[in-house]
Amino acid sequence: MNAAPSNAARDLAASRAQAPHTSMLLRMLVRAAVLRRGRALSALFAMVVAAAVATAMLNLYVDVQAKLRREFRNYGANIILVGKGGAFLPAEALSQVDLILAGHGIAAPFALVVARTSSGQPIVVAGAEFERVRQLDRWWQVSGWPPEIPTLAAQNAARMGHPESQQVLVGVRALAAVAPKNQPFDLSFQGKTIRVTPAGTVQTGAAEDSRIYLSLADFEAWTGVQPETIEVSANGSPEEVGAIMNQLAQSIPAADVRPVRQIMEGEARVLGKTRATLLAAAALIILTAALCVLSTLMGWVFDRRRDFAIMKALGASGRLLNGFFAAEAAALGATGAVIGFVIGIGIAAWIGRVNFHAPVVPRFSVLPVVLAGSMVVTLLSAILPISLLRRVQPAVILRGD
Amino acid sequence: MFARFVYESFRRQKRRKVLAAAAITLGVTVATAMIAVATDIGDKINRELRSIGANLVVTPQEDSLDVEIGGVNLKPPSDGAFLNEADLPKIKDIFWGNNITGFAPMLPVTVTVGSDKNLQATLVGTYFAKHIALGNEDFVTGVRSTHPWWKVAGAWPEDGSANVLIGERLAIRCGVKTGDQIVVTGSQDPTSRANGAREMGYPLRVSGILSTGGEEDDQVVAPLSVAQGLLGRPSAVRRVYVSALTKPEDAFARRDPKSMSGAVYDRWYCTPYPQAIALQLTEVIPHSQAEQIRQVSQNEGAVLTRIEGLIFLITLAALAASALAVSAAMATTIFERRAEVGLMKALGAGKVAVASVFFAEALLLGLLGGAIGFGAGALLARQIGRSIFNSQISIQPVLLPVILAIAVMVTFAGSAAAIRRAVGLDPVFALRGEL
Repeated sequence: MNAAPSNAARDLAASRAQAPHTSMLLRMLVRAAVLRRGRALSALFAMVVAAAVATAMLNLYVDVQAKLRREFRNYGANIILVGKGGAFLPAEALSQVDLILAGHGIAAPFALVVARTSSGQPIVVAGAEFERVRQLDRWWQVSGWPPEIPTLAAQNAARMGHPESQQVLVGVRALAAVAPKNQPFDLSFQGKTIRVTPAGTVQTGAAEDSRIYLSLADFEAWTGVQPETIEVSANGSPEEVGAIMNQLAQSIPAADVRPVRQIMEGEARVLGKTRATLLAAAALIILTAALCVLSTLMGWVFDRRRDFAIMKALGASGRLLNGFFAAEAAALGATGAVIGFVIGIGIAAWIGRVNFHAPVVPRFSVLPVVLAGSMVVTLLSAILPISLLRRVQPAVILRGD
Repeated sequence: MFARFVYESFRRQKRRKVLAAAAITLGVTVATAMIAVATDIGDKINRELRSIGANLVVTPQEDSLDVEIGGVNLKPPSDGAFLNEADLPKIKDIFWGNNITGFAPMLPVTVTVGSDKNLQATLVGTYFAKHIALGNEDFVTGVRSTHPWWKVAGAWPEDGSANVLIGERLAIRCGVKTGDQIVVTGSQDPTSRANGAREMGYPLRVSGILSTGGEEDDQVVAPLSVAQGLLGRPSAVRRVYVSALTKPEDAFARRDPKSMSGAVYDRWYCTPYPQAIALQLTEVIPHSQAEQIRQVSQNEGAVLTRIEGLIFLITLAALAASALAVSAAMATTIFERRAEVGLMKALGAGKVAVASVFFAEALLLGLLGGAIGFGAGALLARQIGRSIFNSQISIQPVLLPVILAIAVMVTFAGSAAAIRRAVGLDPVFALRGEL
């Protein structure tokens, strides 16, 4: 401690004479940290790591639901609108759904009829907006989507005297039954016949495989049937989805709004379990990190029992000593928590990018929790050794026993 | 002398050794528990994902086209091919039979409910919780396990009874309550009449109201034998939904098995890809075609990969945190023993001698803490498994040497810096306590 050059010591003495008495505590804090740089840094390092781990875990815990929900939206619709009593939905229903969703989801209308092929075989034909279906039902394995605008071939076919030759999406099973060679075929509904060309096949392993999909505009022009179903995939928590369902039911009274329980319940179940696992992991990791800080800091404080003894021998009161070590611990805890918070946000963002390909939004609401936790741990690790040392005579400590 | 030195150090400094061992134990416990959870989480989440429904469907190969709108099949019920109910238990005999968590056959029949000829509905025959004897094992399967989102107000019917469930919307239309009798009349189709179908009314008791949020809300769900009786085709099944634990599909899974050579084909066949399980199902059920239900099976992979990845990264964090805790504890213990180091060096011990004493102690502590921590971690993982997933998470005993090695390595790594500082101490200063 007497390593400082003598003129610096003189300056120090001069400045000490003028300095207000209250700065003594501050100076003691700073000098303690500067003089035992190694030990102070290792304690700070432990604190930073613990705070970073805690921040990252809490951030992930808060954010993982939203991230996983996005994955679950690939399962398609979680709400279905059906016209009450089998009636058509009003024409403006889709735009109302879009308005209520406001970008937080996607909706796709479907209309279905049973048509007949030229051989008289009944087949389900559906009208759909391909662009929406493509976004909603991503699991559809489609060999080629029909173009939104007619292709040259279709225009030629129109000129050749088949004015209704349209490109359609054919289910794999339906294709085997109606157009095994991928050739154009006729469909008739209530006496109106159209000629369609398979543009591609769809395979899902479910009812879609036995259907033929026509663009909704063409479908309506041909059959005069309007959509009776709108499938909606709404993003958000169960409460948000419930709110969207209420809004839909209110603004489209002609529709029966039903949740797709299969998807919603499966989602809730998997998310719940994942969150619980994450919570258990977070608790374990934070506990370990906290204990690590506790042991490092206790070692640090315990190591300074000679400082403690000297201060006591010079007449420092118990309260002053407590205050000194507590202030030191609090400063360490706060510094560590803030640095750790920044690093932890970085870790959470990195995990988000690597695992979910989307950034984890920093939750500043986590900061007070981490700060308070750090303070508690550091104060605890300062108070415990001090209360042990207080019972010991300074002379015993100074003698090195 | 060396052994005695280490032994005495353990005997005389019990408090310090216990603290260090406790830190190592805690670190290893957390690490073991997290490794156990991480290795098992895929299987656990896979099982939870099964609650979204079956991922494979088996249909007859020669089936005619379904004409189905809103859960009502307009195809004549006798039309098309059927599977044989007697073949179903073979589903559990395939190579990946243990990965089959359940299956449910379906046999839809168009019926008239009550005396009103216009009230047509679909009656679906299925298994509810059917006991199937497989060797000496009893396998229970049916919609209660493959369709867990089905909710019943009332009681589930027994398989083989004349009790049925009625969909909630259909129940409102017919004005039927739990406990009521309903009379359903099968189709008047000539072929099924020739087969001896019951064209007279079939009295059934409603044991519960079914709510699924899907098309079943407009249907009657009955034991399979009731539907077979209505159709006049004993042992007929239209399709079978199979719920299987699968490995997420990758590029290899999508390759055409017909184009593979022997060894590659075996590897493909022996991996639980949805495609491989589908192929195995068609092998055991004659004249069948098995397909993955893409809505379920395609998305499963994505969800599973994300959750597994997340837990893996968190396990890394847990390992880092426990390594840090162990090294912090070791550093503190060694730092506190400066005077001892000084004395050893003053008596003429070299750097190697001092370091080897500390490393030997670290080794013992690491082994002890590692062994206790492994046991505690296994218990902790089991507790986590039981409270979160209602099933065991067990850790492979094979991992014990690995965990022990990691524990010792981390203890060494944690001690290394402190030991380096300790052996570099000047004995004079160390003994005076001035460092």
